[in-house]
Amino acid sequence: MTAVSITVNGVRREAEVEPRMLLVDFIRDQIGLTGTKIGCDTSQCGACTIHLDGQAVKSCTVLAVQADGSAVMTIEGLAQNGSLPPMQDAFWEKHGLQCGFCTPGMIMSAVELLELNPDPTDEEIRDGLEGNLCRCTGYENIVRAVREAAAHPTAVR
Amino acid sequence: MATETTEATTTRSVIGAPIKRVEDPRLLTGAARYLDDLKLPGMAHVAILRSPFAHARIRAIDTSRAASHPGVVAVFTGRDFEQLNPLPCAWQAAGTENFVVTPRALEIDRVTFTGAGVAAVVAETHEAAEDALELIDVDWEPLDTVVDVEQAVADGAPQLHENAANNVVMDWECGDASGVEQALAAADVVVEQRLVNQRLIPTPMETRGAAAEYEPSTGRYTVWMTSQAPHVMRLLMTAFVFGIPETKMRCISPQVGGGFGTKIFLYPEYVLMAALAERVGRPVKWMETRRENYAATTHGRDHVTYLKVGASRDGTITALKAKTYANLGGILSTIAPGIPTTLYGRMLSGAYRIPNIHCQVLGVYTNTGMVDAYRGAGRPEATYVVERAADLVAAELGLDPVEVRRKNFIPADEFPYDPGILSGLKYDTGDYEKTLDRALEIVDYDGFRSEQEAARADGRLLGIGFSTYVELCGVAPSAWIGTGGEGWGAGLWESANVRVHLTGKVVVTTGSQAHGQGHETTMAQVVAGELGIPVEDVTVEHSDTLGTPFGYGTYGSRSAAVGAVAVYRSLQRIKDKARRIAAHMLEADPEDVVYEDGNAFVKGSPESAKTIQDIAAAAAVAYDLPEGEEPFLDDTAYYDPPNCTFPFGAHVAIVEVDADTGEVDLKRYVAVDDVGKVINPLIVDGQVHGGIAQGVAQALWEYAAYDESGQLQTSSLMEYAIPKASFFPPLEVERTETPTDVNPLGVKGAGETGTIASTPAVVNAVMDALAPLGIRHVDMPLTPERVWRAMRDAKA
Repeated sequence: MTAVSITVNGVRREAEVEPRMLLVDFIRDQIGLTGTKIGCDTSQCGACTIHLDGQAVKSCTVLAVQADGSAVMTIEGLAQNGSLPPMQDAFWEKHGLQCGFCTPGMIMSAVELLELNPDPTDEEIRDGLEGNLCRCTGYENIVRAVREAAAHPTAVR
Repeated sequence: MATETTEATTTRSVIGAPIKRVEDPRLLTGAARYLDDLKLPGMAHVAILRSPFAHARIRAIDTSRAASHPGVVAVFTGRDFEQLNPLPCAWQAAGTENFVVTPRALEIDRVTFTGAGVAAVVAETHEAAEDALELIDVDWEPLDTVVDVEQAVADGAPQLHENAANNVVMDWECGDASGVEQALAAADVVVEQRLVNQRLIPTPMETRGAAAEYEPSTGRYTVWMTSQAPHVMRLLMTAFVFGIPETKMRCISPQVGGGFGTKIFLYPEYVLMAALAERVGRPVKWMETRRENYAATTHGRDHVTYLKVGASRDGTITALKAKTYANLGGILSTIAPGIPTTLYGRMLSGAYRIPNIHCQVLGVYTNTGMVDAYRGAGRPEATYVVERAADLVAAELGLDPVEVRRKNFIPADEFPYDPGILSGLKYDTGDYEKTLDRALEIVDYDGFRSEQEAARADGRLLGIGFSTYVELCGVAPSAWIGTGGEGWGAGLWESANVRVHLTGKVVVTTGSQAHGQGHETTMAQVVAGELGIPVEDVTVEHSDTLGTPFGYGTYGSRSAAVGAVAVYRSLQRIKDKARRIAAHMLEADPEDVVYEDGNAFVKGSPESAKTIQDIAAAAAVAYDLPEGEEPFLDDTAYYDPPNCTFPFGAHVAIVEVDADTGEVDLKRYVAVDDVGKVINPLIVDGQVHGGIAQGVAQALWEYAAYDESGQLQTSSLMEYAIPKASFFPPLEVERTETPTDVNPLGVKGAGETGTIASTPAVVNAVMDALAPLGIRHVDMPLTPERVWRAMRDAKA
């Protein structure tokens, strides 16, 4: 077992973990934040996307021990004080989700996408979300939601 | 008890409004609880050992090394559950013998596909359970395999099951065989084509899972599962597998992350979890990995069809004959035989007047994974055959595919229309020309043909394709589909309970089971519209057999056309009772009291109205009710539809094929659908978008590939081509609105139209692009390699 200290959504978490524990399992099982999802076992689907030191990463490709000393932001950390930040609100407004399973990861990727490119074209949005699979929406309303969030960027974060 | 409301949410206009979904906040913030988010006190974890062989005998299983692995609670094999019956096959093809073999909780002595479960480890942690799987020693005797559906029925093929000679599950037919032969003989032209509708892996983003606990003092099981139909799961498990009363089991579907049909069925793992919870005396949970999902969850489609179409020189289709081999996999899933029969053969008239139709379907066992309903379920396969037939006739006769469609359309004034092969059902309402006209207008058809001509002169391969489909939703009248009719082993009505609480807040419980469709919003809109209250005052509950009336679940685009109609009927009786109580409060004759927009008042005197909140309070406290009236506004309705509903529309794809590489670029996609009345256009558009994406993906990218030994080559998301956002152009979606007369809401259903319509539209477009090369048909998926090979062969 290895000791790690990871700040998750602003709260420092210390734990003894198996060296093989994935960051996503640390987040879900160790801390109990289950908003981050697991949709595959080959790092294709992106449902487990979180922010690691400000960068969107698939938390199934990172070991918990690799995240030692880092800051993690999950979907639960985006919404503060009961109000939805622009990206989540835009997904709601534009019906950018159906079953909701890909949604946390999709939103974490989309938030980073706008941080890197605040005014993307539709093509840039589609390319920017290539690491996140959705089986329900055909991506149409996800693209509209990201465009909407770009147009109304009054960020809470 | 006044409630502040806005006009938009208190009048009937709420039905049809693009209201944001009420279920979304919990999904957007990560608060929703899916199966894998469930943690029960003392819960142990289960991992399942699956067959690496597609066909093998199990000589022996030694679990001793696994059992002594640290953290392991116990290890079980199929022998430990011999007393449990095999899973039921709940829909057998009607009018013919079905040779049924279904899975067990764990297979005992033989497996017929890779991925069949043969042993289970229960451990303190998921990791320990997974580790111990590798310590189970199975003495396998591999057997010869057959994966090709036509080879499987040929003489000398390996036989999968003793009771199924030549691997045939059933040999079913519909239509008029001799009439078709005569019409084909008399036709000006006959077009023949072999069509492969390839196997697909549905891939909901959430895989399957189950958890269970057992209470010895009451003998009661609680099973959580990723299901589209928890009531049906309970019925099948208790009555057919365990042989106990329904009351001894509670089934719960928590938030479900997509299903697309795969989560309708009873799977071995659900039975296994209940049995294990009892054996080990503590709660257990299993969550499927994606690889397990690809191997052990049902696949879809997988037909080989020999098509013959007869037509007159003017493009009038006079006969359609289809012989279809439907690959049902190594063992039967819950409703597998019903999909390629009732839901396929009976829809082969499409949107056209085809006087002579015959369809024979051979359901076949092969050493591949189970095949059952996948979004559209039989209707995409039928639509593919019919819409390809229309284009093949057009190509043969040198006619415009649009004109061939117009020539054969069922005219708008001929509804209700009996296509002759629907065993008594009739298409309810339709105006097929209208959707086609609008789609042609949107794509500027004449303009496109000019552009295409110019492009062809430059050597560019531009194509346009159509799919003017009709489909069947709102399954189904129980007497029609049931054992005396189409072979479904139960009814298919739906239920709803509506309760108006003392404060005027409404709770609806439904037997439907949303898994992404937004029932909580759609049904709340029906309640809000009918009762004249805000949507926010309505809570819709489902997913738990405890506390919801029995329902058959969500599939077959039935939750609006059947489930919401049950809600509607309940509301009418609630309103009647509200009028009677209001009349008593107003000292008026109930016949003189009307109910409008949340108020009951004496006709002509709206100023003396009693609000629904006033009436609900009076009904709940019951201090002063009319003589003989029971307290509370509460009603349960069971709605059995008198007919199915038949949405239709025109889908158009425009593609460009790279003449060097064969790569298909989907440039434009236009859909004009008619799903009857629309309760929430935002939700319906979303359903259509998603359906189109899945249907386009079948045409261009997706394909479940098995090698000859029955190993799944596309065994994870690394190999199977789930499309990404960048694969699609913007989807242009419009609607016409032709209400159904089957139900009072006028709704038909919208969950599957996109998938059903889009596949042939794209394939027809690619064939149109390749027409200058003399290419008439290429089987799906139209990957660059396949298209390139077809172009190379055409040039040779």
